[in-house]
Amino acid sequence: MSMASKGQQNRPSEARLREKLHILWNEINRNKVKYVMIAPFMISFFLFVFLPALSSIILSFTNFNMLQRPDFIGYQNYAKLLLHDEVFAIAIRNTLLIAFITGPLSYLLCFILAWLINELSRPLRVLLTVVFYAPSISGNAYLIWKLIFSSDVYGYANSKLIDWGFLQEPVLWLQDPQYIIWIIILVQLWLSLGVSFLAFIAGLQNVDRTLYEAGAIDGVRNRWQELWYITLPSMKPQLLFGAVMQITSSFSVGEVSMQLAGFPSVAYAGRTVLTHLIDYGTIRFEMGYASATATLLFLSMIFANLVIQQLLRKVGQ
Amino acid sequence: MMAKEKRLEVRYGTRLNRSLAGDIILFSFLALLGSFSAWPMAFVINNAFKPLNEILLFPPRLFVRNPTLSNFRDLVSLMSNSWVPLSRYVFNTLFITCLGTAGSVFISSLAAFPLAKFRFPGSGIISKMIVYSLMFSAAVTGIPSYIIISRLGLLDSYGAILLPTFGTTLGLYLMQNFMGQVPNELIESARMDGAGDFRVYWSIMMPLARPAWLTLVILQFQGLWGTTGGTYIYSEKLKPLSYALSQIVDSGVARTGVAAAVALFMLIVPLTVFVISQSNVMETMATSGIKE
Repeated sequence: MSMASKGQQNRPSEARLREKLHILWNEINRNKVKYVMIAPFMISFFLFVFLPALSSIILSFTNFNMLQRPDFIGYQNYAKLLLHDEVFAIAIRNTLLIAFITGPLSYLLCFILAWLINELSRPLRVLLTVVFYAPSISGNAYLIWKLIFSSDVYGYANSKLIDWGFLQEPVLWLQDPQYIIWIIILVQLWLSLGVSFLAFIAGLQNVDRTLYEAGAIDGVRNRWQELWYITLPSMKPQLLFGAVMQITSSFSVGEVSMQLAGFPSVAYAGRTVLTHLIDYGTIRFEMGYASATATLLFLSMIFANLVIQQLLRKVGQ
Repeated sequence: MMAKEKRLEVRYGTRLNRSLAGDIILFSFLALLGSFSAWPMAFVINNAFKPLNEILLFPPRLFVRNPTLSNFRDLVSLMSNSWVPLSRYVFNTLFITCLGTAGSVFISSLAAFPLAKFRFPGSGIISKMIVYSLMFSAAVTGIPSYIIISRLGLLDSYGAILLPTFGTTLGLYLMQNFMGQVPNELIESARMDGAGDFRVYWSIMMPLARPAWLTLVILQFQGLWGTTGGTYIYSEKLKPLSYALSQIVDSGVARTGVAAAVALFMLIVPLTVFVISQSNVMETMATSGIKE
């Protein structure tokens, strides 16, 4: 919609910069209403999102214990994190493993379920949406998993596996470093039907119905072709949104680990980058160090986002 | 033309490109996953009606054997002699939740429209900042946020909860993505008819982005309904209901039954909002999506 400004005047003697500023000013003037429309949001965003994030990035170059003034120590926090912090190395390994498995899988799960639900009659659709969203809304989502993986013979997993003869004695599922990370991944997958799931459901309502009829005439034979050639290309904005949501949630797994494996977990087996920064930020009060951890997490999400945006361009081709 | 119509007719049922076998496989898959997902909600609902001996049973049973309303009776009698009248807590929660949800949906969609549809100086950078800020962990921004809120004199007021929700980047990003899908031709033809930016927003963008803002209503309502005021609100008379209820629950094992009733109550309101707005999201199905 942008148009070249009409305010250009022929003033060869003026410096180019001044002319540019003049054009910019005219552009801003022409779009006054738009600035008014974004102003309420921008004020709140600037004060409560942008400024806090910016201060955290600045604090990441300081030593700050929340009582005394922060003092500037350059990149020392980052050097310590990356070179000397062995627990952080475990945290990175776990976080990457969780992100690489749960990110793509739960993205697919969200989309496939939203798409399948979309096939049903309306009351059934609403019912199933409620059912699948239930873990995000009912506030006790971890309880069932604590029961299943309880370490005594009453835990569902142990009691069944002993009954069937696979186990002789109960396994300490949530205390054994060998199992912890996989249980976290499993539960994270189960919890994944959140924001992106709802966005996909809403996005499917926006697809132009007549495209399906046109597609059928043009030779789309089954639901899978219909999905690839019509539905997915019509939903690109939602796919993009879902990808960003998936990156943020799969890189910042922390609550699941703290609830199931405890905090700190046995041998740091459930340590993630997020629990690492929660540890330093809220227990040890080393805000500078916690902020450096957050900044690194932030940079890795931005990188993941760039990669995924490239992949999403290929959809429907 | 005749041949094409005939080909469309022979397909299964009234729907295009669907086979019965595919339907059966897919729906049994849904039912299996669904029964597993429904567990936490079924547990909350059943627990609220269990007598104490059933709640404390280990391992717990999902379904209630001898349903009772005693948990709710206990809750009512506990709430009736609270320090601040119960109705004040209810007012606080309704005020924060309704104003916060409506305000943030309005403000973020109002800002999303120009950012989704136009280019103007600064628009590109603002959009980038918003996406990237979604990726910054909230776990370390707590302290700076607290300092900012206190400097603005917002501590211990509704504003400490409300104003930050108006800048929710998730909402803006969601709306921006959906509004980007609205064809430019629709906007241009409305402008030909003399509609200004705000008019286009209100009578073209918002109706077409209905599934998106109904989804946003769910997310915001759910978040605000559960907020306890945290470190920002310390006057008892300004605290929301969820805080008062959590105080009751925290008083120990003797309150287990009441806690189950509270859990159901805290679930049922956002659940109702969820069902209402989801059925509206899906209603638009009949109006066959966005076209030019």
